[in-house]
Amino acid sequence: MTVHSAHPPGFAHQFEDMQQQREAGSLGMWVFLLTEIMFFGGLFAGYIIYRALYLPAFEIGSHLLEVQFGALNTAVLILSSLTMALAIHSAQVGKRRAQVWFLITTMILGAAFLAIKFTFEWHHDYVEHLVPGFGFIIRPEWGAAGQHVPMFFCFYFFMTGLHAIHMIIGIGLLTVLTVMAHRGRFAPEYYAPLEVSGLYWHFVDIIWIFLFPLLYLIGGRYIGGGH
Amino acid sequence: MSTATIDVHEAPAGSHVNYLNAKYGVKSWLLTTDHKRIALLYLVSITLMFFVGGFFAVLMRLHLIEPQGALVQPETYNKLFTMHGVIMVFFFLVPSIPATLGNFLVPMMIGARDLAFPRLNLLSWYIYVIGACFTLYAVISGGVDTGWTFYTPYSSSFSHTSVIPTALGVFITGFSSILTGLNFVVTIHKMRAPGLTWFRLPLFIWAIYATSIIFILGTPVIAITLFLLGLERLLHIGIFDPAIGGDPILFQHLFWFYSHPAVYIMILPGMGVMSELVTCFSRKKIFGYSFVAFSSLSIAIISFLVWGHHMFVTGQSIYAGLIFSVLSFMVAIPSAVKVFNWTATLYKGSISYDAPMLYALGFIGLFTMGGLTGLFLASLATDVHLNGTYFIVAHFHYIMVGGAVMAYLGGIHFWWPKITGRLYPDGWARFAALVIFVGFNLTFFPQFMLGYLGMPRRFAVYPAEFQVLNVMSSAGASILGIGYLIPLIYLTWSMRYGPAAGPNPWGAKGLEWTTPSPPPTENFEEIPVVTEDAYDYAHSTVTRG
Amino acid sequence: MIGSLQFGWNFLCFAAMQAPQLRPEAASSIAEGVDHLYFALTFITLFFTFVIFSTILFFMVKYRRRAENERPPDTGEHLGLELAWTIIPTLICAGLFVWASSLYFENSRPPSASTEIFVIGKQWMWHIQHPEGVREINELHVPLGVPVKLTMTSEDVIHDFYIPAFRVKKDVLPGRYTSLWFQATKIGTYHLFCAQYCGADHAEMLGWVYVMSPADYEAWLAGGSTSQSMQQAGEAIFNKLGCASCHLSDGTGRGPSLVGIYGKQETLKSGDKRLVDEAFIRQAIVNPNSVALQKYPAIMPTFQGQVNEEQVLQLVAYVKSLASEERKTDAK
Repeated sequence: MTVHSAHPPGFAHQFEDMQQQREAGSLGMWVFLLTEIMFFGGLFAGYIIYRALYLPAFEIGSHLLEVQFGALNTAVLILSSLTMALAIHSAQVGKRRAQVWFLITTMILGAAFLAIKFTFEWHHDYVEHLVPGFGFIIRPEWGAAGQHVPMFFCFYFFMTGLHAIHMIIGIGLLTVLTVMAHRGRFAPEYYAPLEVSGLYWHFVDIIWIFLFPLLYLIGGRYIGGGH
Repeated sequence: MSTATIDVHEAPAGSHVNYLNAKYGVKSWLLTTDHKRIALLYLVSITLMFFVGGFFAVLMRLHLIEPQGALVQPETYNKLFTMHGVIMVFFFLVPSIPATLGNFLVPMMIGARDLAFPRLNLLSWYIYVIGACFTLYAVISGGVDTGWTFYTPYSSSFSHTSVIPTALGVFITGFSSILTGLNFVVTIHKMRAPGLTWFRLPLFIWAIYATSIIFILGTPVIAITLFLLGLERLLHIGIFDPAIGGDPILFQHLFWFYSHPAVYIMILPGMGVMSELVTCFSRKKIFGYSFVAFSSLSIAIISFLVWGHHMFVTGQSIYAGLIFSVLSFMVAIPSAVKVFNWTATLYKGSISYDAPMLYALGFIGLFTMGGLTGLFLASLATDVHLNGTYFIVAHFHYIMVGGAVMAYLGGIHFWWPKITGRLYPDGWARFAALVIFVGFNLTFFPQFMLGYLGMPRRFAVYPAEFQVLNVMSSAGASILGIGYLIPLIYLTWSMRYGPAAGPNPWGAKGLEWTTPSPPPTENFEEIPVVTEDAYDYAHSTVTRG
Repeated sequence: MIGSLQFGWNFLCFAAMQAPQLRPEAASSIAEGVDHLYFALTFITLFFTFVIFSTILFFMVKYRRRAENERPPDTGEHLGLELAWTIIPTLICAGLFVWASSLYFENSRPPSASTEIFVIGKQWMWHIQHPEGVREINELHVPLGVPVKLTMTSEDVIHDFYIPAFRVKKDVLPGRYTSLWFQATKIGTYHLFCAQYCGADHAEMLGWVYVMSPADYEAWLAGGSTSQSMQQAGEAIFNKLGCASCHLSDGTGRGPSLVGIYGKQETLKSGDKRLVDEAFIRQAIVNPNSVALQKYPAIMPTFQGQVNEEQVLQLVAYVKSLASEERKTDAK
């Protein structure tokens, strides 16, 4: 084995140096996010096609969603992306406590997103018999379009559910990072895991930014007003 | 380039410390992050799946000796062809070369110590195994009978078989492909040895790179499609069921959006192996390096644009048909360019007839035929007559078996000494290559004729006038089956009794041949610095040793 | 050696393919055209396989390794050759594409004066319905020398209607209509297959196509049944289900008058214009909201589940007949 000087913490020996490791990690995350775009892309494609076919039913479904919670969640997520970026910045300038607090804040915001979604939206939908496969009731006031409203809710639950799974994974990642940050593992020379996880978190945020208007804002909606 | 300091022909096989003997014990294998050991883990798993899928094929061909079926009930036959397809496509062909030869060779060919993400690599293997377990569970629990294409609404609303476990198995294994592709892309971009520019890379690396692009972009779509199928089957929402407003053709579009590029996943690595074999065994630089490299990339890109040629008779618009037809013709051109370049590489070469070269030559001929029969199917007017018949079956088997499997076997035989440190008996290897070639042609050429005559595929019984050709095909299949067993025997034998292999038994160029056979865990004592082009046989000698 | 085996085998097969028993019967107006293209493709395949293989064989023998220390010269790159063998295959492919596509265009567009027959596929049989009322199961009688257009749908899963002797094939889909056309050129009996896997008895979903002289066909039709024509059956359903109560023929009803509506362009509520063809009428029956017309309230209930595909076709036939009645009364 070639003799080498002591490597910085976190160095993986398949690489030649830290820079190569950093670049590889970053490229790896970008490529992974590309696969995620294709993954969600299939769902988006299906959604767009059926929305075009059954617009009245999709409008009915969209209006049944709680747009105020969707909007609140959008704000929560955008804020969490800010705190994530601030966590990375803190690592870049070597502030350990700030890193940890910002990471924890990000996690709390992520958990808040999930709490709002699961308790105020999904549970509410379940009680209102709007979950396909779990006692969905087609309401007579929907008229002839009613038979396709379940299709909207199928896409709604699947797309937001897949997004939620990604959020949960993200929170898991953040937990690990918080522990590592607390132990002082990140410093201006080495904060690649934070950066790479930040990319992932921002991506999950961006997916939501596409989901929100597509699902909640069809057919024109005015919060507090009628359509 | 460096040579070993001990005379390995006299030392007992593998007496130096190498990746095989560095650590012992089950844990050291199941928790390894060494790309070479992971390649062997894959080799064992996919060989097992190959023989399971092959067993189903043998049963099918035996059954088809009689027009009314000789062996099983139609319901069982329908399960046999489904499971044969699912296992061969998703659990053998897709991972075959990338996960075994790719995993072993990519770091070595670029002068790296491992892939970019070794633990992710091990995770990929575990994901593959878990997916395979789900699918094997489906096989044991009664099988699945939808065809490997899972067309709706039959698969979503009518079939009474284990659709969800099978779909789940394929879904899970898809992530294995995605992570492997990701690993390869990052490794090739970031971990090449000093001096190893893109245009000095072995063409096998270009091929793996192009394949990885398809892994990354295509596999997620089949994942989501199968998930939607499972959801439909469970909850009957109507995504694909026309009785409740869904569109079964949407399923086909989503399915083929991945599954067409998937067939290029299955052939591109084989083409990469071809470039390595043809250059080594004619001892010449590849003719038209940049053309071959760019053709791999263009095949990968255009492959995403042709999926509709599987759907010409579904009632889609004539204009959509025209677009997919012209693109399908276009995707044939880069493959033709490669065949011409491989042939031209032989010109004024110094050609030897070792077993890997025989597999390579078989590939070139059979791939040419298989690829040209694709033109019959890209042509709209003939596709109408031939779609859904045995012509299609023959076409894809020529490419998948006559092409991809031959390339896989050629690659295994070529790099076997490097991987195991052993030589296998060359006489038996050449004999097996011949048996496989003959058996293959006898099995599948009659199927072109059956298709043209009108015999549809997936038929458990058939009109008596088709019997002669079916019997010919089944006879060929028995020969082919025996042909595949022969390498299994002598390769396994060689692992214990084969003579020791030196670092470079074929006298080949390439960084992997500069290491001992088998290589040490860290691949290279010192990371090499590359100063010459790939396959530069003319400018520096390499002797067999 | 391998190369010569391959080539020899291929040549034998090519020669053999000219033999009648290895070529399916050609019994339709397009079959010869498709076969010519097929033979051209076969020739190209065998020719290039032969060229590649014999070149390889030749090189392998001529340049076989004679000494272990041979060092062949570098033959370099040759842009001209690369361009040649890229451009020539491209031109060949372009030619094949044009030929195949123009054939396909002709083969996909039924002549306007076609005899119409209706097909319903279901697991695992074919229901054929002639407009005059004759029904068949797994058999299709057609007249010789006359274009025949089949309009097809499935009751359950995707099937595929395939007559090898006519070189025609089209998927048969649930929830929509697909069509194909042919003109038989030889009297005889020909295979009908299902060519899209559809479940347990997919291979048993066979049928026979009987091509008869026009006179024999008329006689067969006349003697075939005493049942109503499709149009009459459709009219009966139309009245039974109460369609007439909204679709008054003078246009004063809640729904549009259906007299003469077939073949017209109508504007939907979304503003799109659509042609009222068979598929449109079917949609109007099973999913009226998706084709609600601009000038009428969207109150038509769906009849999905109340009528099967056969009855839908009969209703379609009835609505189509209203157009010709209008022309008859105009002509008076």
